[in-house]
Amino acid sequence: METYTLLRQLADSWGMLLMLLLFAGVMLWAFRPGSRQVHSDIANSIFRNERKPVAEATKPDRTEA
Amino acid sequence: MWDYVKLIVLGAIAVGAAIAANYGHDLAYTVNAIEVMLAAAIAFVVVLRGVGEPKVVNQGEYLDGVIRAGVIATTFWAVVGFLAGVFIASQLAFPWLNFEFLQGIGNFGRLRPLHTSAVIFAFGGNALIMTAFYVVQRTSAARLWGGNLAWWVFWGWQLVIVLAATGYVLGGTQSKEYAEPTWYVDWLLTVVWVLYLAVYAGTLMKRKEPHIYVANWFYLSFIITIAMLHLVNNMAIPVSLLSSQSVQVTSGVQDAMIQWWYGHNAVGFFLTAGFLGMMYYFVPKQAERPIFSYKLSIIHFWALIFLYIWAGPHHLHYTALPEWAATLGMVFSVILWMPSWGGMINGLMTLSGAWDKLRTDPIIRMMVVAVGFYGMSTFEGPMMSIKSVNSLSHYTDWTIGHVHSGALGWNGMITFGALYFLTPRLWNRESLYSLKLVSWHFWLATIGIVLYASSMWVSGIMEGLMWREVDANGFLVNAFADTVAAKFPMNVIRALGGALYLTGGLIMAYNLWMTVRAQPAKAPVNANNFVPAE
Repeated sequence: METYTLLRQLADSWGMLLMLLLFAGVMLWAFRPGSRQVHSDIANSIFRNERKPVAEATKPDRTEA
Repeated sequence: MWDYVKLIVLGAIAVGAAIAANYGHDLAYTVNAIEVMLAAAIAFVVVLRGVGEPKVVNQGEYLDGVIRAGVIATTFWAVVGFLAGVFIASQLAFPWLNFEFLQGIGNFGRLRPLHTSAVIFAFGGNALIMTAFYVVQRTSAARLWGGNLAWWVFWGWQLVIVLAATGYVLGGTQSKEYAEPTWYVDWLLTVVWVLYLAVYAGTLMKRKEPHIYVANWFYLSFIITIAMLHLVNNMAIPVSLLSSQSVQVTSGVQDAMIQWWYGHNAVGFFLTAGFLGMMYYFVPKQAERPIFSYKLSIIHFWALIFLYIWAGPHHLHYTALPEWAATLGMVFSVILWMPSWGGMINGLMTLSGAWDKLRTDPIIRMMVVAVGFYGMSTFEGPMMSIKSVNSLSHYTDWTIGHVHSGALGWNGMITFGALYFLTPRLWNRESLYSLKLVSWHFWLATIGIVLYASSMWVSGIMEGLMWREVDANGFLVNAFADTVAAKFPMNVIRALGGALYLTGGLIMAYNLWMTVRAQPAKAPVNANNFVPAE
């Protein structure tokens, strides 16, 4: 089969179905039970660490040659 | 060791560029080669002066110097780009402004890409790079990855801008709208962009926050998609290594489709996704409350990603493009309306319970108007992509009006908001120099956009109707020059609107300058001294 015809058929059958399912899956995942707490934590993360990064545990200052 | 490698590479580039300048086949190429030589020589001296000195990377501090430079560059290119826009708008109204002594350099055809690239890639690009570096550090709680690599991204980007701009006025172009830069500028841009991606993704990978905040998703999708679009649309073979000319690999309708797949996704990912990253960080920060719905932001993101990439063919209605491709582009453009408005609602509703801030805080007012214009242009766009509407609107001033309500209203206003937000923080000032001047900027810019957009609606619809008007025998009634003459008043109003917008930009530049110069510093700028002992 010609490349064009092959891609054309793929695009309006299995390819489209795959994209739709992926998209629906992402939506469902966003609404999974227990996501509210996680999402509210992420949404508030912008109000932390405004001035300074979280310090490295072992080596706060690093010197490179 | 690493310094010596840099010195060898930079020295080789400087010498190579000098040789190329000597043997260059055309003026644009020669001038660009001289610019590359100078840039490499300056970088060589800077690296040379630092050889052997220990480079201290303080992981306990954010890398903010490059962001401060980004704020300055964004403001500078804003004024340059707006000025170029006002000038070419005046050239359209008053053709004598295409001065005889500037023929071939300063006429509309040469200055138009200078304007579009200056506002999109210089002003918008610097705003995106600078805010991306700010946001990714704060939301990852980590310093930028790669030592001083971010500085190479910053200066590399400025070099791309200067090469492109000087190339355009001297005739160096590959004649693709919004992808005009010649092949060697495209190569340099590719290198800079890969470094940008490395800094950005590297910072995300060493983040201290468990989750990646949604603004970063938008920024990351913008960086990756632009890389893909840039590579595919600029597949060109140079005619000679000593010439700015190149030949496109694809041709005909394939090339047209690739060009508008690029063109529309440049709007979708450069001017939309990237700036949405700004919206999702700066609007909640300025409103001092989290985003209205984090779930909605996830839906907004994935819907844009899945839909935008298919919308490009609406630029090629009624052309040699197959009918099904045009229909596909139209359908996806119309569907795009929904997630866009979801995003707009998310931004606006973040203010619910804090609407009183609109009265007291001109910065949040600017951001809200920006989100409003995002909503307006994402309604206008899908409408214009419908074939029957497009048959009236395409090739007319309506398109230009649409682009500018998006660019001036959405991209411009959200960037101004971000600049007003960032400047006092980055230079450790108590507050802006003057909120009154922010208000002046806000009103000048808003009235400027309204004048611009409404005059272009009138002008565009009039043009479209005049072009299709036929008499009883089926002959066209109007010559093209008739429409040009009829547009004169609207062209004057458009230039006036642009002048107001430029005035607002100048007021902002003054206000930011005075914020840094005349406002008392809160504490030493060094964050280590600033943060109290824990």
